[in-house]
Amino acid sequence: MNNANFQAALKPTLEISGLNFFYGAFQGLKNINLNVYEKKVTAFIGPSGCGKSTLLRTLNRMYDLYPGQRAEGKIVYNGRNILEPGQDVNMLRAKVGMVFQKPTPFPMSVYENIAFGVRLYENLSRGEMDERVEWALKKAALWTEVKDKLNKSGLSLSGGQQQRLCIARSVAVKPDVLLLDEPTSALDPISTAKIEELIAELKEDYTITIVTHNMQQAARCSDYTAYMYLGELVEFGETDQIFMNPAKKETQDYITGRFG
Amino acid sequence: MPGDHSSKAYDMDLETIRSKVLTMGGLVESQFNDAMECFRSGDIVKAEQVIKSDENVNRLEVTLDDACSHLIVKRQPAANDLRTVMATLKVITDLERIGDEATKIARTAKHLHERGTVGVLNHYESVRVLAASAANSLHDALDAFARLDEKQAARIITQDETIDHEFRSTTRAMVTFMMEDPRTISSALDTLWVAKAIERIGDHAKNIAEYVIYVVEGKDIRHTDYVYTKLDSKL
Repeated sequence: MNNANFQAALKPTLEISGLNFFYGAFQGLKNINLNVYEKKVTAFIGPSGCGKSTLLRTLNRMYDLYPGQRAEGKIVYNGRNILEPGQDVNMLRAKVGMVFQKPTPFPMSVYENIAFGVRLYENLSRGEMDERVEWALKKAALWTEVKDKLNKSGLSLSGGQQQRLCIARSVAVKPDVLLLDEPTSALDPISTAKIEELIAELKEDYTITIVTHNMQQAARCSDYTAYMYLGELVEFGETDQIFMNPAKKETQDYITGRFG
Repeated sequence: MPGDHSSKAYDMDLETIRSKVLTMGGLVESQFNDAMECFRSGDIVKAEQVIKSDENVNRLEVTLDDACSHLIVKRQPAANDLRTVMATLKVITDLERIGDEATKIARTAKHLHERGTVGVLNHYESVRVLAASAANSLHDALDAFARLDEKQAARIITQDETIDHEFRSTTRAMVTFMMEDPRTISSALDTLWVAKAIERIGDHAKNIAEYVIYVVEGKDIRHTDYVYTKLDSKL
């Protein structure tokens, strides 16, 4: 464990403190405190209902779309608490982009899938847009497979390709953070492996958080892991340590399959 | 102790492995004790039995390696389960080596008594204390592994120094005999080989103790003086 090197480069991109979340009267998150570090992959694991997807959805205020859901506390990004009123949530969602479990390509061409989001924020010429689309598709390791069918519908791609298209779409608007909510749950093992490899490349440029039910995926892909249970953060630490020698018995019980 | 896995089959796999390791431990303990008895008494028939019984130990090593591989591929163990499997793989290697050392002792006992040079030197008495120390270490190490007692494991590790010291004394004594009386050379050399085998058994027992600490505390303390600093601060 090379802790010295690790510590030297650490900078939190998102600082979560005292975060509480409510679905109406039900409290989904209880006093969450943790940092999401720059250009690291942070995995969230825990049984169904533990709050991991809820937590992800607070990081770019996706919950705003649903009445009756509210967050209290602080999530500091770029020096601001994004939970405060007056936040430009559209800009936030470009900078902190989300990819969902079920691939969600727009019912448009591959090209338009990428260009659509870019156009909301930037005024690019045709040539510049072509470049941006190519760049995003290359970043998502999809370019070689779709470069001759940019005009074909995004829905005509395979599941794994659709998911990479969604990643390309997020990347095209130059985010800082990518929130991946069980990105490979719906994919076969080969597509899963390709996405995991992609995550390893993407973390050179972006901060990544990933919610996953697959513990081996968390162990393989992430630098940090957070174990959550019933809305609480039970343990947070370097992935190696969480999977080799966790500090809390509850964490150990979960990752070794002792759910009793 | 951790609770049960949600998969009962997983718990059964682990328990099967655990009990086979303890069986293997029991076998090599008996091998060592019997081999020392042969060295003392010259019971050549018993020596042959000890040598032959090494086959059972070797078979168990292969079976256990296989069982551990299957567990890893089926269950992808993590945390304490993973450390237990990794430690098991290492413990069975040390146990198999102990079996080999016991076999060497039995062979040497056979040669010594077949040659008929017994009596020139009190070979057994020269190694009796060393053998008792090593036998205790081995027994305590297996017990610590069975109960995952890291405190007992730490004690065993510090006691290895005593065994090493006793071995050096035995070596000096043998050299003295050989210098004083050339007629003792054959017996003295045989005794030296036996002493070396016993010292190696002590080392293997220490290794097993180190793996106990690895399983319980998650720390790999091999090639460190962890136990000495820990004992200083805690006791």
